[in-house]
Amino acid sequence: MGGRKKTLLGMAALMLLTAPLAAQSWAADGPGTVELGSLANHYSAVTFNHAMHTGVAPSCAECHHHTTGLAPTDPNCARCHEAGAKAKSVACKDCHSDKPFSAENLKKIQENPKLYHKDRLGLKGAYHRRCLGCHTEMGGPTGCQDCHTRNDKGDAFFNSGKYAPTPSASGGHGEGH
Amino acid sequence: MKKLNRRSFLKGGLAGGATIVAVGTSKQALAGTHNFGGYPDSMGVLVDLTKCVGCRTCEAACNKEQGLPTPDKPFDDLSVFEEKREGGLPRRTSEKAYTVVQKYDVEGREHPLFRKVQCNHCNEPACLTSCFVNAYKKTPEGAVIYDKTVCVGCRTCMIACPFYIPAYSYSSAINPVVKKCIMCYDTRLKFGRPPACVESCPQEVMTFGKRTDLLKLAHQRISEKPDKYVDQVYGETEVGGTAWMYMSDVPFDKIGYDNHLGTQPIISYVKEFLAMVPMVLTIWPALFTGFHLLSNRKDALKNDDNKS
Repeated sequence: MGGRKKTLLGMAALMLLTAPLAAQSWAADGPGTVELGSLANHYSAVTFNHAMHTGVAPSCAECHHHTTGLAPTDPNCARCHEAGAKAKSVACKDCHSDKPFSAENLKKIQENPKLYHKDRLGLKGAYHRRCLGCHTEMGGPTGCQDCHTRNDKGDAFFNSGKYAPTPSASGGHGEGH
Repeated sequence: MKKLNRRSFLKGGLAGGATIVAVGTSKQALAGTHNFGGYPDSMGVLVDLTKCVGCRTCEAACNKEQGLPTPDKPFDDLSVFEEKREGGLPRRTSEKAYTVVQKYDVEGREHPLFRKVQCNHCNEPACLTSCFVNAYKKTPEGAVIYDKTVCVGCRTCMIACPFYIPAYSYSSAINPVVKKCIMCYDTRLKFGRPPACVESCPQEVMTFGKRTDLLKLAHQRISEKPDKYVDQVYGETEVGGTAWMYMSDVPFDKIGYDNHLGTQPIISYVKEFLAMVPMVLTIWPALFTGFHLLSNRKDALKNDDNKS
């Protein structure tokens, strides 16, 4: 029971990362690298090379949407968010909750009929969709462990590594049904 | 007085039976327009198939949450997508896995499409209505749960389910029962929390919320990206509506979804017939036994007369 509870808590805390203030070095237009680790549970933190990505992304809006004051790339966003309107924060975690499935968050969405962004992604979803979406198109790394190595807890969760099922454990006579 | 013989008795009986059937049929036509439609505040999950990358994290989460047995292969082993069962079909749900991800190579689509399969938690579940020991229950929260202590292992629900979801614990020699996804009802949904798979997904493929809200959301997404999505939310109307609903960028029938299930709950096809069964089974035997005895009595009396 305790082990399962822990796994649940772990899942709730989520396997990825946020942008803590530690270990940042600033370039002219943003941090050089960002340690994404607040969601780290089954995987290690990601050291995100922000400077490198500012060099390859066509616009800051590619990742930061309308928050940096640039015109958003998605025409659906441009219907409301015009260029020039800077947001208070440009950090992912300040809009994308690290607890999107919390009771408070679910209640907020359900009880406000006027809320437009009802399905705003949580932090984990936002990171993965943004990173993987681009990496798939641009030929960047797309394997789970290309960005974050899995830890022991993660191995246990995935029944992999030293927790991999042995042929006897997988029950040979159960096969074929 | 007109003589009532056996022949006219039977004629009358047939005519009466035909009338009953006719009345039954017209009632069935009326019943077709009536639907339960599900509990008003029930929860659901909207799955955006275009976002799934096939990492199988949801399968691992389900395994841990439900305390399922050790899998045959690690959850990061992607060779399972190539496994085929009889008929060349991809793997399905089992007693060891209440959810599985399937891979579809769709012609003209740059990347394969991944599809997560689990119980769709119908508004009017065929498994529930087919179960003669009432093991199943549709909770107001939206989950279709079952009481394994009353399950007798008849597997009628496995045949009734239009999505081929309930699995059977064939490995149990003593007490095999049906096994399926319960939307994490006991540990999560009951407390307003989403199922473990939903929360574990790194891509947040699944949106959890009130079913009615999710439908609005789905149609909003489609209208915002009409070039991307197929204009169908699978599960909105299929078999009377399901709690789990899907959005796709390829036609659903190309990725293993049955688009011919109709919009009626499965029970509506047999409701009127089933209502007639008790009547036929109880009244008809007594009635026709009566006829039989009457006509025999007449013959017996005649025989008695002849003897005397």
